[in-house]
Amino acid sequence: MLSLDENSRVAVIGAGPAGTFFSYFLFAMAERVGQEIQLDIFESRNFASPGPSGCNMCGGIVSESLVQTLATEGINLPASVIQRGIDSYVLHMDVGSVKIETPLQEKRIGAVHRGAGPRGNQEGQWDSFDNFLLKLARDKGANIISGRVDEIRWEDGRPAVKVRGGESRVYDLLVVAVGVNTATLKLFQDMDIKYTAPETTKTFICEYALGKEKIENYLGSSMHTYLLKIPRLEFAAMIPKGEYATVCMLGKKIDKELVQSFLNTPEVKRCLPPDWDSQQEACRCMPKINIKGSSHPFSDRLIFVGDCGISRLYKDGIGAAYKTAKAAATTAVFTGISEEALKQRFWPACQKLEKDNRIGKLIFSSVGLIQSFPFARRAILRMVAKEQQNRGMPQRMSTSLWDLFTGSAPYREVLLRMAHPLFLSSLIWNIVIELWPFRRRKQKGRSHEEE
Amino acid sequence: MKKSKLGKVFNDGEVIIRQGDAGNFMYEILDGQVEVLREKGGEEVQLAILEKGDFFGEMAIFEREKRSATVRAQGQVRVLTVDKKILLRRISEDPSLALRILERMSRRIREMDGELVRLRTGK
Repeated sequence: MLSLDENSRVAVIGAGPAGTFFSYFLFAMAERVGQEIQLDIFESRNFASPGPSGCNMCGGIVSESLVQTLATEGINLPASVIQRGIDSYVLHMDVGSVKIETPLQEKRIGAVHRGAGPRGNQEGQWDSFDNFLLKLARDKGANIISGRVDEIRWEDGRPAVKVRGGESRVYDLLVVAVGVNTATLKLFQDMDIKYTAPETTKTFICEYALGKEKIENYLGSSMHTYLLKIPRLEFAAMIPKGEYATVCMLGKKIDKELVQSFLNTPEVKRCLPPDWDSQQEACRCMPKINIKGSSHPFSDRLIFVGDCGISRLYKDGIGAAYKTAKAAATTAVFTGISEEALKQRFWPACQKLEKDNRIGKLIFSSVGLIQSFPFARRAILRMVAKEQQNRGMPQRMSTSLWDLFTGSAPYREVLLRMAHPLFLSSLIWNIVIELWPFRRRKQKGRSHEEE
Repeated sequence: MKKSKLGKVFNDGEVIIRQGDAGNFMYEILDGQVEVLREKGGEEVQLAILEKGDFFGEMAIFEREKRSATVRAQGQVRVLTVDKKILLRRISEDPSLALRILERMSRRIREMDGELVRLRTGK
């Protein structure tokens, strides 16, 4: 079986979280078994430069479970990287808004900038999340090669990597962590491997410069999530950071029209200052995200980790990058780097994520269905409001929504909680109350008064 | 200490965990330092001072005993709470996650061995 030996050479393409987590854990595991490894990370971006050229384009949320897991690993995200700790979220629907707080009332979700911040931002104001991880990998012993990889081929059964204008280098293992927003994946088309690129969908992300004070006053330390009845929009969120508010949208065929109709809703406007102008965003991008992972993200001496392999549906992509990268590093050090070894140890970790994503799809479809009935939206709001008023009672709906929207727990756990007879009976009871004729007349009367 | 960052801030002298209480969490120190105290017969014995990068309360993760010591903030301290349930689930998926805790526990046994020899031999 192929394995890493003393002074084996490893190449990692991409210095986003998947690439740097892999490098960090490969060194950590090799160190434990007393093995020397030579590792090069290839990256063309400079995470210290503001705007899209230094950014790996995502909402920038480090989930509650990942923050805790990293802390257990001894990786504590410094205050200079965390733009804001999040301790609650506000669910906005057309029928009202409700704030959901964590039982511990502690800030355990991290809002970060992946790069040096939006276009026009002055450099050096904070540390980029990706740069922080890259420094960790460098401190462990990784060598960073700046440049765009333009050729990958096999040389006597080993992968060889070449950067534009450079020479080809041969490695014992190649780890690909390039995400799904790059042309680098095309380089693998002629390599005679079983890898298939993931299925993707477009998202919309933009940043608004509001300043610290307004962020504090209007958004606070809450993530704002929106379940609105807008065609093609599945989910939207507004995340407060140091100086900026980040808006993220997920849906089908997101375009300018859909973005504008969301930003013009009263639910969005009431979260922001009156002088806010939706046209004055500091930075915007429409990156692709992985919605169905690769069917075969490995072969002899080759592993695809993070978004270009298997990720998590809609939420906690950084957490998925950590999981697949660590599984790959553990396999490479303790089991081997052959296709057989990777199938035995790395692939089960990926499959677990993919199975959970199937459950996630089911949950998001159900949420979509609920979104289309006003009485169901009111029933959810009523359940959450009641739970938040009485923190001593079981927080069934609040916890389920918290885990679903923050990506803090596997979708399987969310489904099990939602399938609990007490959850279902409570939901049905609240729907019945909302459908009660007397209550409906009252609602109608209220809306006439508002008109 | 910025309160908008991760974790929870405790002020000087505030008790974070109390000896004898049930525990379902362990804590990572993000900033500042804490003292670990054992209370016996109304007296407090300081067992250790822990600082940024250390953790405490980990025994509650692996056993169901009550807290063996009190931990108090020395100056302002920011800690991150780690849930027992989340941690055990992650360790079941990836046992190597427990290695750092094992390393620290092993170091403490080594230190205690040294202390025991010192007490027995008086050297």
